[in-house]
Amino acid sequence: MISKRLELLVGGFLLLGLAAVAYLTVKLGAGSLPAGDTYVIEARFTNSGGLHPGSSVLVAGVPTGRVEAVRIDPADYSAIATLRLASALRLPTDSMASIKTSGLIGDKYVSLSPGADENYLQPGARITMTESAVDLESLIGKMAFGSTDKEPEKPAAP
Amino acid sequence: MISPLPLVAALGRHALGLTAALGDYALFTAESFRSALRTRRLGRRFLRSIYEQGALCLPVILIVGAFTGLVLGLQGYYVLNRFGSQGLLGALVALSLVREMAPVLAALMLVGQAGSALAAELGIQRNSEQIVALETMGVNSHGYLVAPRLLAALVVFPLQTALFVAVGLWGGSISGSLLLGVEDGVYWSAVERAIEFADVRECFWKAATFGLLTMSVCAYYGFNAHRCHGATGARAVSTSTTRAVVLSSIVVLAADYVITSFLV
Amino acid sequence: MTPASDFLLRVEDLHKCFGEQPVLTGVTLDVPRGSVFSVLGPSGAGKSVLLKCVAGVEVPDRGRISFDGRPLASENPAADADFRRRCSFLFQSNALFDSLTALENVALPLEQTTDLPERDIRARSLEALRQLELDRFADRHPGQLSGGMQKRLALARAIVTRPELVFFDEPTAGLDPLRRNAVFAMIARYQRQFGFTALVVTHDVPEALLVSDRVALLEHGRIGFCGAPAEFSASADPRVAEFRDSPAALERALTGIRAGEIPNRDEP
Repeated sequence: MISKRLELLVGGFLLLGLAAVAYLTVKLGAGSLPAGDTYVIEARFTNSGGLHPGSSVLVAGVPTGRVEAVRIDPADYSAIATLRLASALRLPTDSMASIKTSGLIGDKYVSLSPGADENYLQPGARITMTESAVDLESLIGKMAFGSTDKEPEKPAAP
Repeated sequence: MISPLPLVAALGRHALGLTAALGDYALFTAESFRSALRTRRLGRRFLRSIYEQGALCLPVILIVGAFTGLVLGLQGYYVLNRFGSQGLLGALVALSLVREMAPVLAALMLVGQAGSALAAELGIQRNSEQIVALETMGVNSHGYLVAPRLLAALVVFPLQTALFVAVGLWGGSISGSLLLGVEDGVYWSAVERAIEFADVRECFWKAATFGLLTMSVCAYYGFNAHRCHGATGARAVSTSTTRAVVLSSIVVLAADYVITSFLV
Repeated sequence: MTPASDFLLRVEDLHKCFGEQPVLTGVTLDVPRGSVFSVLGPSGAGKSVLLKCVAGVEVPDRGRISFDGRPLASENPAADADFRRRCSFLFQSNALFDSLTALENVALPLEQTTDLPERDIRARSLEALRQLELDRFADRHPGQLSGGMQKRLALARAIVTRPELVFFDEPTAGLDPLRRNAVFAMIARYQRQFGFTALVVTHDVPEALLVSDRVALLEHGRIGFCGAPAEFSASADPRVAEFRDSPAALERALTGIRAGEIPNRDEP
């Protein structure tokens, strides 16, 4: 004995709510995860400079993937970042990965510069030609005082 | 010299009283869920509860969500402007909304509208012997009155929170890009880049937990209005409703801190 | 002597205290099957508490209650569930669900305690409403009905489950004499029609004597008298006489006032 009006309102509310949930999880929660098939490659940095899972991966300034994980290699204390890229985008083996910052205090992201090799990076391959995060603090220190006793490769803020 | 013993005894008495009350509340909630299994035609009551907590509270959620987003956009803009990072406005609004503002404010609004109504309704039903009448009919009053509300809260609170986020983001874009001149695309791309799946998951965990806690607290106070100390009749209903709303609001903020500290 | 099985409900030595205040101090009652049994007594004698203890709303401190020859105990929920199914309670305040319509109110016990299909529930509920001449108000809410109609609606809800025993808690409290008569007539009529056993708690002596098969007087937490209405009317027991002949006592008390012996306090 429930009225049609109540059923309609409940149904409308549920539809609206589920649409919002879908928007949140699919559109926002998935971030800039490339649609369709993907593959992963790894990049080795001496300093990941606060790169974190979910950071963007850009090729020529266009978002093409995201950072899946950042871990430490216990052998040589370097940072290994796992990058997930769209399968459609194949990268030459001599591509270079660099960690950059958007804006002055913005988020870190990985910029990939494609090389010229005829072979392409296979899934799971590792990029070794990398450019670590710029340590802004020491850079400013250098500019301001001409020199700094800080090591250039000292990790930036974690 | 004053003997410390009475103070110690008072502390013990209060601790025991608090423990007993917590235990009573836990039993009440457990009994409500247990009796849900034995309640007939629960679906219809569940629908009505979704209507009470969902459809009826939708306007307040949308209004509060929009204003929260508008203010976040405004405040965020003035803060970020000092660092020249207006481009991050979307990230600021989105993260604030998803991680904190939406679950907490939506829960507080739902306490104010649906929780107080629930406590008052159950209190009046207790007062006019409707709850006892159910029991004499052989109907489990927990299952009939409380269980559908709690189950609905588990569904409705996350939905309302998601709506709050959606409207809040839109509010932030209004104040940020329409009024203050952050590029619309910059705002939305910052929003999309900022939100991780973990943030969304935390948001929904919080919403569901708040829903369960607040609605069970409100139901507990209304259901036990006759045991309200030092008050009877209409006064007992008003006292238990007040306590239900105040305690639920405190519970939301306390639980928010606990969940945040565990999940981050 | 009637055989034990002819008593639908037997109450033995029932005790109940509220805090330090003893309300029932050893009540013993035997309610014959198919009868209207009235418990009379002054307000505050514990009549409602007795009824609630018997109906399982309040838990008695001590005593035995057996229903249909089977003892009832709070620690025996199965017996309790069976008992609940076979009896109904009509509250003094009616205890109608004000958020539901009349029809939904009547349908509720069927919806929540039986697995009958929706159509049967609707048919039975409408039938109950029709029997109490409320079918025109099926879609009204209780608040939109008059006091008498609310009482009838409560009765419709009580009988829709076809109970064997119906408890009436002060069914005429707060009603005018005409409505009071109507309620008692309703109890007598539907008791004959549906064949349930009625346990009525009331303080309307003359009406109760007319409709009851047996009456009991509850005073100071015990049964002071139990017997047929004719025995009650003829009893020379001073407690019975005092309660039964209260109008005469009022008349005696008023004679002095009417004669003007007590000055009007409103005048300076």
